[in-house]
Amino acid sequence: MNLRKYLQVYTKFLQTSLASELEYKTNILIDLLTAILSLIGSIFLLSIFFQNNGIIGGWEFRQVLIIQGIYTILNGITNTWFNPNLTEIVKHIREGTLDFVLLKPIDSQFFISLKKINPSGFLEIMLGFCLLLFCIRINQINLNLSFLTLSLITIICSILILYSLWFLISTTTIWFVKTWNATEVLRSFLYIGRFPLNSFSFSLRIFFSVFIPIAFITSIPSEVFLGHTQLWKILLEVVVAIVFLITSRKFWLFGLRFYSSASS
Amino acid sequence: MISNLFNKKMFTLLKVQYSNMLEYRVEIALWAISGIIPLFMLNIWTNNNLNESINISDVMLSRYFLCAFFVRQFSVVWVVFSFEEDSLLGKLSPYLIQPLNPFFRYFAQHLAEQITRFPFAIIIAIFFFIFKPESIWVPNLSIILLSTISTFLSFLIQFLIQSIVACLCFWTEKASSIERLLFIPTLFLSGLLAPVVSFPEYIKSWIYITPFPYLIDFPANLLSGNSTNIFGGFSMQILWILLLFPIFKKIWFEGTKKYTAMGS
Repeated sequence: MNLRKYLQVYTKFLQTSLASELEYKTNILIDLLTAILSLIGSIFLLSIFFQNNGIIGGWEFRQVLIIQGIYTILNGITNTWFNPNLTEIVKHIREGTLDFVLLKPIDSQFFISLKKINPSGFLEIMLGFCLLLFCIRINQINLNLSFLTLSLITIICSILILYSLWFLISTTTIWFVKTWNATEVLRSFLYIGRFPLNSFSFSLRIFFSVFIPIAFITSIPSEVFLGHTQLWKILLEVVVAIVFLITSRKFWLFGLRFYSSASS
Repeated sequence: MISNLFNKKMFTLLKVQYSNMLEYRVEIALWAISGIIPLFMLNIWTNNNLNESINISDVMLSRYFLCAFFVRQFSVVWVVFSFEEDSLLGKLSPYLIQPLNPFFRYFAQHLAEQITRFPFAIIIAIFFFIFKPESIWVPNLSIILLSTISTFLSFLIQFLIQSIVACLCFWTEKASSIERLLFIPTLFLSGLLAPVVSFPEYIKSWIYITPFPYLIDFPANLLSGNSTNIFGGFSMQILWILLLFPIFKKIWFEGTKKYTAMGS
């Protein structure tokens, strides 16, 4: 029953935010163009890396494209859901409108994380899927049930980790008021997710798997695609995703205790 | 007399903005950190011995990417975002009444921010040298002077481009999506992620007539001591400024005629 209520609320969110975003039609068109050019640019950069070397960090060009595909999907999801909502937290806290959110009879984290949607990210998600399908062909991956379930699980875990990272940083707004730049740092670090983790030096690899688990986000799902990942890596990703999700939840509830309204 | 007045105004603006920026030191430090992508790229280049294929030694490539980081730090522009916010919130109206083009205000803001950012960039460079002591070098005074000028010219080109885009706010209200579109070629073609010499021939044949290589690649090559055409670089930078400035003036003139105040 409760779940149904949340689903209903979410459909309403979808309708209202789509309606308001579609007012800026040219904006959406430009964003679509940006997504396409950005993908072309990334592949161009990769082709520079590969123009004289056949292998980078143990990955061939056609294999690296899988990482690129997964990165594009995740980036699309970030642009569709995380970015429009979580930048809004800053506004809520600066202008004191978080009060209205807290007064509503639904979960505040649910409201804050899913209120808005930016439709231009959809194309990026689709582009990523197309690239992945292309990769499945050129890498001659045969689709079977276990492959599909494992890749689905790892991608969902990646999304959860990504969401938790964004949400954790946005929550710190309660103390620091302006965290725009902290999200910018996260964004530039996430940029690393376009490249295989093995292409970095050992110290950076440690940094990107222990402190900021970017390694988990794109590398493990890509390895699942290629079929040469170990089971413990997948389990580890699931554990990391759960830990991050719980931490982000706990941190939000903890942060709310320190929230003092800004307006009036 | 006029120039005297102008200097005084600009100096006061700078002073005000500098003390304003000093209040947000943490934010500016975070900004500086978010710009370290070139250093991650360097890690990929050296860790996979990609530099051998383009005949640049490891040390020279390290210097190149460090300089690219520096040039980016002191040429990054965000006029569009400030202008869009001011225009949407109606803050622009009082600025328009004042006998000074509001873009001088943004210009001073950027310069002040660069001054505030300087120490953070130096700290990051010191860390870089601790990890890569073999790449320490001291460029001679004339090179420092020349590269400072070319970095400033690169900043001017980007400032003009963004100001032109910002003026589109008068027509479309939201110009930041156009800026995001323009950012894609800036990111991939400017030499921030890979030096322009490493680009394939079909790109190199036309790229030097676009403004992009002169944004990062040219000043960074100049400062790092990699080979570059000094005279050609400077003349292209000046050419682009001379080309963009009249466009900016024209669009500003037309835009202010279209201006309808928003907000209060």
